[in-house]
Amino acid sequence: MEIKKLIESLSPNEVKILPHLEENNIIEICKKSNLDKVSVLRSLEYLQNKKIVRLSSEKKKIVEIGVNGALYRKKGLPERRLLNLLDEKRIVEFKEAQKESNLSDDEFKVSIGVLKKKAMIELKNRKIIFSANKEEMSKKTLEESFIELLPLEYDVLSPEQLYALKSLQSRKDIIQIREEKTINIEITDLGKKIIDSKIKTQNLIEQITPEILKKDSQWKGKKFRRYDITSSVPAISGGKRHFVNQAIDYGRKIWTEMGFKEMTGNFVQSSFWNFDALFTAQDHPVREIHDTFFINKKVELPDKKIVEAVKKSHEKGITGSKGWRYDWDKEEAKRLVLRTHTTCLSAQTLSKLKPKDLPAKFFAIGANFRNETIDWNHGFELLQTEGIVVDPNANFRHLLGYLKQFAKKMGFEKIRFRPAYFPYTEPSVEGDVWNEERKEWVEYIAAGIFRPEVTEPLLGKPIPVLAWGPGFGRMIMNLFDVKDIRELNKNDLTKLRKMKFLMK
Amino acid sequence: MANIKFSRKIFEKEVGKLDEKMQNRIAMFGTTLESFNDKEMELEINPDRPDIISYQGFKRSFLAFLGEKTGLKKYKINKPEKNYKVIIDSSVKNIRPYTACAIVKGLRFNDEKIKELVEIQEKLHFTIGRKRKKLAIGIYPLEKIKLPITFKALEPDKIKFIPLESEKEMSGLQILQRHPAGRDYAHLLAGKEKFPIFTDADNNILSMPPIINSQLTGKITEKTKDVFIECSGFDFEILKKCLNIIVTSLADMGGNIYQMELKYKRKQITPDLTPEKAKISLENTNKLLGLNLKEKELKQLIKKMGHDYNKSFVEIPAWRTDILHEVDLIEDVAIAYGYENFVPEIPEIATIGQEDTKEIIKRKLSDIFTGLDMLEVSNYHLTIKKDQFTKMGVQEKQEKNFVELEESKTNYTILRKDIVHYLLKVFSENIDSEYPQAIFETGKVFVLENEILEKENLAAAIAPGNFTQAKQVLEYLFRMIDIKISLKEPKECPLHFIEGRVAEIILKNKSIGFIGEVHPKILKNWKIKMPVALFEINLEEVFEALKE
Repeated sequence: MEIKKLIESLSPNEVKILPHLEENNIIEICKKSNLDKVSVLRSLEYLQNKKIVRLSSEKKKIVEIGVNGALYRKKGLPERRLLNLLDEKRIVEFKEAQKESNLSDDEFKVSIGVLKKKAMIELKNRKIIFSANKEEMSKKTLEESFIELLPLEYDVLSPEQLYALKSLQSRKDIIQIREEKTINIEITDLGKKIIDSKIKTQNLIEQITPEILKKDSQWKGKKFRRYDITSSVPAISGGKRHFVNQAIDYGRKIWTEMGFKEMTGNFVQSSFWNFDALFTAQDHPVREIHDTFFINKKVELPDKKIVEAVKKSHEKGITGSKGWRYDWDKEEAKRLVLRTHTTCLSAQTLSKLKPKDLPAKFFAIGANFRNETIDWNHGFELLQTEGIVVDPNANFRHLLGYLKQFAKKMGFEKIRFRPAYFPYTEPSVEGDVWNEERKEWVEYIAAGIFRPEVTEPLLGKPIPVLAWGPGFGRMIMNLFDVKDIRELNKNDLTKLRKMKFLMK
Repeated sequence: MANIKFSRKIFEKEVGKLDEKMQNRIAMFGTTLESFNDKEMELEINPDRPDIISYQGFKRSFLAFLGEKTGLKKYKINKPEKNYKVIIDSSVKNIRPYTACAIVKGLRFNDEKIKELVEIQEKLHFTIGRKRKKLAIGIYPLEKIKLPITFKALEPDKIKFIPLESEKEMSGLQILQRHPAGRDYAHLLAGKEKFPIFTDADNNILSMPPIINSQLTGKITEKTKDVFIECSGFDFEILKKCLNIIVTSLADMGGNIYQMELKYKRKQITPDLTPEKAKISLENTNKLLGLNLKEKELKQLIKKMGHDYNKSFVEIPAWRTDILHEVDLIEDVAIAYGYENFVPEIPEIATIGQEDTKEIIKRKLSDIFTGLDMLEVSNYHLTIKKDQFTKMGVQEKQEKNFVELEESKTNYTILRKDIVHYLLKVFSENIDSEYPQAIFETGKVFVLENEILEKENLAAAIAPGNFTQAKQVLEYLFRMIDIKISLKEPKECPLHFIEGRVAEIILKNKSIGFIGEVHPKILKNWKIKMPVALFEINLEEVFEALKE
């Protein structure tokens, strides 16, 4: 950049500190430029970005005097105070010595220890006997000399000083070690040129204000200070749909593009719609309280004709079927549950279809419930989506065709099909998609053709109904790179603000 | 679902090398190779195929699928010998009406095979047995039993024997109270006046189904050569199938199957391996699968699934429990044909895609909020009682019109009655996040009146926020959807608001919700350190108004 342009880009604070850079000392620069330390440091940072200075920092360990140390520097170390007393009395009892020397318990104990180690006292019969000679008394101990010299830089300590440091460090608050960062400012050649050139900044326009805009003369012919466009600005965030709902809308879009009509319905359903209408025998384990949320309440069953047809389907089977061969209990069907799958909506939709409505395609998307504990991989509330195609001419190859198309829309090019089992479909299929990262097939979508035992009671005759549903919660986790299923309902606002938009 | 584990070495010797191709064949057979190492392999078996939840059963079916031993496998069955009888006393009629029994001789057990037998038994108990509710299986060393056998029911205190895993003689009731297996399955006999037992010709008790066998006859050991097997329960057809699954697996281990005479009112002989006959139509098969098979091909495919085929009729093995309808056979044809060989096709049928109107409205409302820089949150529909009531200033005991779930495994035991308590919970969990915090949510709430009402609600909250700010948001929202609302002083102040700073929201003379400033005592309950203003409205009236 030309020097001229560079000068135009200098902020007022940068201009202020420029003449004082040679001080090479932050405190001095602060004083002379009349700025606070934060402003000076930030300005230095910007100057470095503009290649006017080069900053280097050095970390130093500084040994400083502590709170007690400062006190001892004035009054003398406790051991000196005790020694002075002994010099006078020669032999003193413990209690008396502590009292007269005016030392705390800790100070007294330490002093005894230190003096004994230096062989300046002896202990006998709970008495302290003075045993130092005059020369020893007159000389300063290593510790005393050391605290007088503080502060000192750790790296330049002599072996004696290190010894004193070590012995004082174990005592309370006599010394402390602080890390100090010093910044070294080196002015570059460019910087020197700029400092040498006469800087005229008074004509540069800073922030444009409405006042400036009022009169042309305020800005006409004047220069605008150049900004450092690369410097960082504080982050902001805006309003946003929850990521789960972004994904649900995306799912909706895919289904409607494929010509499917949305089904919605209650979360609280009768066992009849959730299980019985889907040919799930009344003793099936999924109908146990350990797996499904029951509500201690019953509801009236729908149209008698359908109920009778479902009952027959379970007990004796429809034409050509053996059924489950047991006594179907109407009361059991009345029990309320939180729906365990959106398939109950499919069953209700089928029961309302008329021949003239066919062929027809429907989808549902929403929450389902299982009586589960919560951990990173499990929860009581699950998201599911599913679609059905009701078409007298539909066949198994069509089912695979739809699955392939659906997976492709969801971004999976490679899909394989293998046999599976679901109570209300036959044939049943599991669709695996290829995970390129893990180099393996991953279970993705469950599908099948509804059994005639399901369709005949609901539709009046066994018309093929193709049905499929991918694990939607899992898919959302993949789309947003969420690893813990609990995140879907955690509502951590900081995370939600940072969450990326689904660009689909 | 049940998993089976077996030796990889034996599999590779008897079936083939477990290479990539074989792994693919296993998947295409409808079983999942869960894991494998040098020694073992583990398969997941779908619950509709109890006949393959043993290695023997799986091998038999899978070899047919691979095309190595196709068609119905035949087993030699020996007629009952002298005294191979089970007398079914009429006392069991209302207790546990049926049993199906067999004898298998000439077995040579080793550790591996005993383990397999125990596992078959356990897995059948768990799957078609519905944890012994529907049926229970007993297998006994024949040498300790004196034939014939009687199946009867006695008063619990008249039943006395030493159960397995015990040293003391116990009565029927004591077993239910004190024995581990007794306690686990006591609910299956609860309330019965009499308990069922099997006894031998010396009147020794062999077992008390579905709970436990007696110590006297004991377990199968390596010395056991001949066994007596009984399945007891409530559905004779299922019992016979279950028995067939066990005896054929034992026959595959090298045993000889012997029938027994069951003395019901009308004599029965079990096991009976006569295949079941069912019709399959070539036309239906081709129509459902979208194929163009010839009868000869159909026959080959049927045989690959272990059935026989003869002029539109399939002979189904007597151990298959899953064939209820022709579609079950058609699926077998599809599996034999190979799912990988079907050509996917999308028929050209024109249908029009359509979103639910309410969902469209909810999305638009959300867009209005996000335009105001508000964040959408998404909470559970289940909630914690304390959060819904106590923390909102409502005494739990006074509340009645909420929906409670039975035996929830977590402390989320009720359906949420409103959204706002969850919005306060979000604030309370985000006190370290940057302010201002402005959040909203749309979704269902549940109220119990005469019936359970599911309503679509919308709620928004601002922290720090005051009445004016909340009202600004509310009014902007309704201006944008061109619906007139008004605010009215409520007759009774909802407990979480400050009196005098709360209003009822009125749409066409109907109250649709509340708006106001949250009372400091409620904020304190949630440990929220910022003033909060919020509103919640029911959307049903809004949906109605937008229709017009």
